[in-house]
Amino acid sequence: MCGIVGLFLKDKSLVPKLGAMLTEMLVTMTDRGPDSAGIAIYGNDADSKSKLTIQSDNPEIDFKNLVQDLSKTTGAKIAIRVKDTHAVLEISEKRASEIREALKTARPSIRVMSEGDTIEIYKEVGLPKDVAARFDVSSMSGSHGIGHTRMATESAITTMGAHPFSTGSDQCLVHNGSLSNHNSLRRKLIREGISFETENDTEVGAAYLTYKMQQGSNLGEALKSSLDDLDGFFTFVVGTKDGFGVVRDPIACKPAVLAETDQYVAFGSEYRALVNLPGIEDAKIWEPEPATVYFWSH
Amino acid sequence: MQTIDLAATTLREANSVLQSQKADTNQRAWEIVNPKGAHAIACGLDGPIEVTVKGSTGYYCAGMNKEATVHIKGSAGPGVAENMMSGTVIIEGDASQYAGATGHGGLLVIKGNASSRCGISMKGINIVVHGNIGHMSAFMAQSGNLVVLGDAGDALGDSCYEARFFVRGKVKSLGADCEEKEMRSEHIEILKDLLLQADADAKPEEFKRYGSARKLYNFNVDNAGAY
Repeated sequence: MCGIVGLFLKDKSLVPKLGAMLTEMLVTMTDRGPDSAGIAIYGNDADSKSKLTIQSDNPEIDFKNLVQDLSKTTGAKIAIRVKDTHAVLEISEKRASEIREALKTARPSIRVMSEGDTIEIYKEVGLPKDVAARFDVSSMSGSHGIGHTRMATESAITTMGAHPFSTGSDQCLVHNGSLSNHNSLRRKLIREGISFETENDTEVGAAYLTYKMQQGSNLGEALKSSLDDLDGFFTFVVGTKDGFGVVRDPIACKPAVLAETDQYVAFGSEYRALVNLPGIEDAKIWEPEPATVYFWSH
Repeated sequence: MQTIDLAATTLREANSVLQSQKADTNQRAWEIVNPKGAHAIACGLDGPIEVTVKGSTGYYCAGMNKEATVHIKGSAGPGVAENMMSGTVIIEGDASQYAGATGHGGLLVIKGNASSRCGISMKGINIVVHGNIGHMSAFMAQSGNLVVLGDAGDALGDSCYEARFFVRGKVKSLGADCEEKEMRSEHIEILKDLLLQADADAKPEEFKRYGSARKLYNFNVDNAGAY
């Protein structure tokens, strides 16, 4: 069991409230996943800027003088926002992947949670309300976001085993379920040159989507082929720069509820997660069909 | 009318009060407000009371119901009316997966759609769905009637025993050992009665009947190689 929440705003007046709304939804899903929690939030798109969200188990040491060190080797203009164990590096040009490479030498113990123009991923071990408080998620604004509460089944309870998983620039994946062919698929993907950080099944799902997109599929096609290549139970919610998508395996035993109004599209593992959203009483509410890809974008 | 506000009363207290109403109770009409998708609302009722839930419910609403009438003025989460023994459960909206699973008796009415596994392993319950039902519905259904005014998803009635399925719309596919059967006058009568009870506007003649082909009842030695 795990809990997923997602919120895609159509009404721009709600943008400053995204973090607060998402936090409330996330905390409601605590009993579906008390082990760890995470969110991916898509902030405003500033032209000619890019971002890396990084994580360290020793933030005081790793984040100290990091900007100076990176600037020295790359010459890039970088700003840092530290949030607990995480930090967002804001790079004044589209040079995120180059800075990511430089990080490997400058601070080998730092892990990259996300890379892109607008995405920031925060995730840690602990109760969803504590995780949300550590990163002050409720004060964040954005156009859309995804949250996950984890009850671990396939691998250890660690920061890197928490969701969301990055699947590429400005993309992420959260998962409720368990994949049964993740070991064989991981071996295949390793042979294709993809590297893994955990024994986690969802990381394989994320890597699979990344691989498919590297091979030329778009996200919709990659999700569609996941229905053939992934064995097991899954409700996936994926985030992109422009929006979010939902897909459930053909058996569809992992719950999912969607709600849509003129102001937003919301996803919850259960209706409970959606009850305090504005205008939910009159929202169109339905269960996404099995083996069907849903997508909303701005 | 007694009102329970779930914003002010714990679920355990609410269910305990409702469960203590037995055959001789004079407090027969109850209303639950602010359900907000909570789990296990009005479970294990054991007396002839009427409970109206004003909103949508989470997992397992009205499970194990006996005698009571539970009316949900919204949609219901997974496992609504699971293992119902008798009484009536009416859902104004949609029902999530495995509605009415393993039910032994009583009537479950879903005015919207039901999703997958509706009536799985039903054992005597009657279920009337005004809309559509999802895949694997009535899997291993043993007895009772499942009436669907709309369409049925994949693998209807897989490995079923003696339950009857009446579908007015299309059936996407039938499950193993489930087949279309002749609609005889006794079936028309059963259906007429159920449609009336469920306040459903449909004619019995518009339905097709499905049920067990009875080929999986006993082990067939010719299939030994398949194991």
